Amino acid sequence: MERTEIESKLTDLLVDELGIERDDIRSDAKFEEDLDVDSLGVVELLMALEDNFGVKIPDEEAEQITTVGEAVDLVEAKLNG
Amino acid sequence: MNDRRVVVTGLGTINPVGRDVESTWRGLLNGVSGIGPITLIDASDLPSQIAGEIADFDVEAFMPRRQARRMDRYAQLFWVAAREALNDAGIAYEHGDPAAYRTGVVVGSGIGGVATFEEELTTLLKVGPHRLSPFGIPKIIANLAGGQVSIDFNLYGPNTTAVTACAASANAIGDAAAIITRGAADVMLAGGADAAITRFAMGGFAQARALSKRNDDPKGASRPFDANRDGFVMSEGAAALILEEREHALERGATVYAEVVGYGMSADGYHVTLPRPGGDGAARAMQSALDDAGIVAEQVSYINAHGTSTAANDVTETMAIKSVFGDAAYRVPISSTKSMTGHLLGGAGAIEAVASVLSIRDGVIAPTINLTDPDPECDLDYVPWSPRNVEVQYAMSNSFGFGGHNVVLIFAAP
Repeated sequence: MERTEIESKLTDLLVDELGIERDDIRSDAKFEEDLDVDSLGVVELLMALEDNFGVKIPDEEAEQITTVGEAVDLVEAKLNG
Repeated sequence: MNDRRVVVTGLGTINPVGRDVESTWRGLLNGVSGIGPITLIDASDLPSQIAGEIADFDVEAFMPRRQARRMDRYAQLFWVAAREALNDAGIAYEHGDPAAYRTGVVVGSGIGGVATFEEELTTLLKVGPHRLSPFGIPKIIANLAGGQVSIDFNLYGPNTTAVTACAASANAIGDAAAIITRGAADVMLAGGADAAITRFAMGGFAQARALSKRNDDPKGASRPFDANRDGFVMSEGAAALILEEREHALERGATVYAEVVGYGMSADGYHVTLPRPGGDGAARAMQSALDDAGIVAEQVSYINAHGTSTAANDVTETMAIKSVFGDAAYRVPISSTKSMTGHLLGGAGAIEAVASVLSIRDGVIAPTINLTDPDPECDLDYVPWSPRNVEVQYAMSNSFGFGGHNVVLIFAAP
């Protein structure tokens, strides 16, 4: 899957599943500080990533993600790695 | 006893009859039934296929979707009723406002987030624990309606929840008033909600033989005190009242609807779902509320009955009223607004408190609809079909719950 496709799919997930405003979503946006996604929201996001991209994200790797770009990186690495 | 008195300064509700207080009151006075065929769930294999739904409820008209999806429907409905009550009372706090620390919340809910419980259990069984929502537990627990309004409306005082089934929000109101009386708060948001039109709840209540099966006549299904009643009709909804220390209310020029003067409680100590035959438990709660109010039964102008339309309740409640009121039982007008609203479970005590308070404000009593052929054992004045103009000095509201909980509130003209 192309990186742009992952980005676009992730953006849709953030809008549809977490109810985040589309305009706020940028690659360097921090989940907690910029997008107001709390710790429960991060769990929800990881579940959505696993379901929608068919990848498995262990907790220790999930804890490293703080920005939208990093989430894309992780999914990309899982899919292509 | 001390001299702190408690008055009602705000009202809110969303229920099958109306989406706010004034539309609800108009509906109740006009004898409008909120009951219809179930549309929220597949009811095709359920014994009871009728309910009082708020089918047009659009939660995103009230809060962002992002917040709404973290709340079960019962908490969403309570939130809407709470907002109306706070607005009605003219209460709005910024974070850090000193008055916010003297304002608390007591909510009643019979079963909390039962729809979420079903969804999460389905996920657990079909997929596994790794797919359970992180919001599942906070959506299910019955105290989150109270927690959520304290977060969103900056209410930092005492905050607790009553879960006494169908008496829950009557307990919430009585307990909230007591919190003000003992000086722990000046203002309390009190009320209740349930949203139990779900397959588990509808199936379970039907197995307990509690629900009406009059599926071919939804609007005629809730018929308290009628010989042909066959169970209660499930409804969803919420109601909330703002209770306030009287001097506090007067000083800020608040509109005072009524005073909370009596709160009585008892336990049947008899059966998990059935009332004790003869109504001894209900009668003791009524007498206790009268004693708390410092009045005698003859002074009560109106009784808003629990009146569920079940075979057991309506006869038992009638016997209880007779044992407390004596000859006056035949003179006091009694009505069951559940004939129109259906049974809001944990929201019932609060919506019936709203109806009682408005009967004081307007000098008119909402009727009992569908009372065509009274049960011979129900021979009191249940104000059938049409509203009645009565100057209401004292209104008594009865609420009884599974478990044998009996709760009675008395409101007085201000």
